[in-house]
Amino acid sequence: MARIDLKNISHSYVAAPNTENNFALKTLNMSWQDGGAYALLGPSGCGKTTLLNIISGLLHPTHGAVLFDGDDITNRPPEKRNIAQVFQFPVVYDTMTVFQNLAFPLRNRNVPGKEIKQRVNRIAEMLELTESLPRRARDLSADAKQKISLGRGLVRTDVAAILFDEPLTVIDPQLKWSLRSQLKHLHAEFRHTMIYVTHDQTEALTFADQVIVMSEGEVVQASSPQALYERPVHTFVGRFIGSPGMNILPCEIDGAFLILADHRIPMDHIEPAAPETARLEFGVRPEFVHFSDEDDALPVSVSAIEDAGRYKIARLLFKELPIAAILPEDAPPLSATPKIKFDPENSHIYADGYLMEKGE
Amino acid sequence: MRKTLNHKALWLASPALLLVAFTALIPLLTVVNYSVQDTFGDNKFFWVGAEWYKEILLSERFHAAFFRQVAFSAAILAIEIPLGLAIALAMPKKGWGVSVCLVLMALPLLIPWNVVGTIWQIFARVDIGLLGHTLAGFGFDYNYTQDPVAAWITLIVMDVWHWTSLVVLLCYAGLVAIPQAYYQAARIDGASRWAVFRHIELPKLNRVLLIAVLLRFMDSFMIYTEPFVVTGGGPGNTTTFLSVDLVQMAIGQFDLGPAAAMSVVYFLIILGLSWLFYTVMTREDTDAEGRLP
Repeated sequence: MARIDLKNISHSYVAAPNTENNFALKTLNMSWQDGGAYALLGPSGCGKTTLLNIISGLLHPTHGAVLFDGDDITNRPPEKRNIAQVFQFPVVYDTMTVFQNLAFPLRNRNVPGKEIKQRVNRIAEMLELTESLPRRARDLSADAKQKISLGRGLVRTDVAAILFDEPLTVIDPQLKWSLRSQLKHLHAEFRHTMIYVTHDQTEALTFADQVIVMSEGEVVQASSPQALYERPVHTFVGRFIGSPGMNILPCEIDGAFLILADHRIPMDHIEPAAPETARLEFGVRPEFVHFSDEDDALPVSVSAIEDAGRYKIARLLFKELPIAAILPEDAPPLSATPKIKFDPENSHIYADGYLMEKGE
Repeated sequence: MRKTLNHKALWLASPALLLVAFTALIPLLTVVNYSVQDTFGDNKFFWVGAEWYKEILLSERFHAAFFRQVAFSAAILAIEIPLGLAIALAMPKKGWGVSVCLVLMALPLLIPWNVVGTIWQIFARVDIGLLGHTLAGFGFDYNYTQDPVAAWITLIVMDVWHWTSLVVLLCYAGLVAIPQAYYQAARIDGASRWAVFRHIELPKLNRVLLIAVLLRFMDSFMIYTEPFVVTGGGPGNTTTFLSVDLVQMAIGQFDLGPAAAMSVVYFLIILGLSWLFYTVMTREDTDAEGRLP
């Protein structure tokens, strides 16, 4: 078991990086508690796999240090670190049986045969692979192969952290759910530190206690799924998380008034002290856009209603500004002249993309 | 809805069939035709049945040539396959070295057979050849025109020089196709270099190696031009392989019947051995569920 600290880590794939843009991973500091479940979330190319490979030792960071339980292990090769890694595409050793696959990391570490057998049988049982043990690994389905990849990490008693690099990408949708819940179960059982890389927000939000959202080589926000949802610290997080993402509208502020497309909306609790030159934006999640009959509500026109199953998405236009709102499945039909209000508690102002703290 | 079944579409295959008939089937059947008849010229033929086949199969000369042929193929396979694999493993996987290596590797493959023969014929000559003269200068008793061992070594080294590249290129293509995740997983699993080769690279190269073995076997078993140019089958007939022998019989002695029978036997041997290689090397793949992966 291990606590993982990253100190001033940055990485460049260019031999002699000189500008900021050469870095796939810009300087970051991070601490991961022993036994936590973390997700690295971000679009393709944001540096999340790079970060993962630095932790596992497959990559040596250009700058900075990786600490396991306070020990600097930056220069240790992957096999000398107490980590296991599961890759996007299931890796199994073709010529070996499932048993031999699971035993492989133990054999390489000269564990006695009797102990290997015990460990492998125990893990196979947990992963529901017992019946497949004598079969050739290559003949199994993708999800079973992915379980073997995971199993090769679990059999080792020295493993402190398990890293996942988009492990469910090639798994059928129905099986994704069962594998993911099995993962949560295993986490509860073994308390390994787990770090899970994905670009799928549902996977990240359901798996992790803490989600680290990355964009262009930088950590944008690291917080609980709930905080990501309720208080995105950057418009990127607001847009990236949620389906549909947050409404981000250009705005101005005049005292206690929010000005959206020349329309003044009183919002007493918004008193940001933004520099005058900052580009201001107003952000509100579609869940917090409510229809209202009150006089000061904003009149909007409806451009489309999308049915998303358990709820509906209303695509609205306030003057030229597109706004999405979530309607419950059984919501009554909208009036001919619908009007909306924003939930003040969940309305945010962003200056140059960053969340501004609310005045009390 | 009932489907109307007819086989008119098969006519679309007729141009291809016609082409194959003229390029392969008809010449082959002509050979079969010669092999069961005797002729004394004048385009008159007499039916002799399986006589030529009996003569060939029982002939000492054929046995000797066949044995030499098998020995030659076995020798070059035993050298070229491991050597090619080793070179492919040692080649750089990225950077400027890749294209340099690939071009160097491809060079011997671009040289025509008879030119390769000529190059080595001159290169290995004791009087003027760089190799032969140098070896002689160091005191080695090397003369491929007189010494059978030297002749064999020359032919084998020449074939290795000419064709190892093919094995290298095939293996290299197979190696770079292995996803990085396999190597990364193996590192994390603490696998040694040998274990990576044994459990990742070799199984993934299985198919490629099969193709390499088949190609090199068939090619070397039919080798004609190079030994014809370098040794002409000698000294004596110590490097008279099946093809050299066949040409001597057909064109040198003009024994059309026996030569035709030998051609058919030769063809069947290559076919049979290729089938054997294929079956042995793919057997492991099919036994689990009776299907190829």
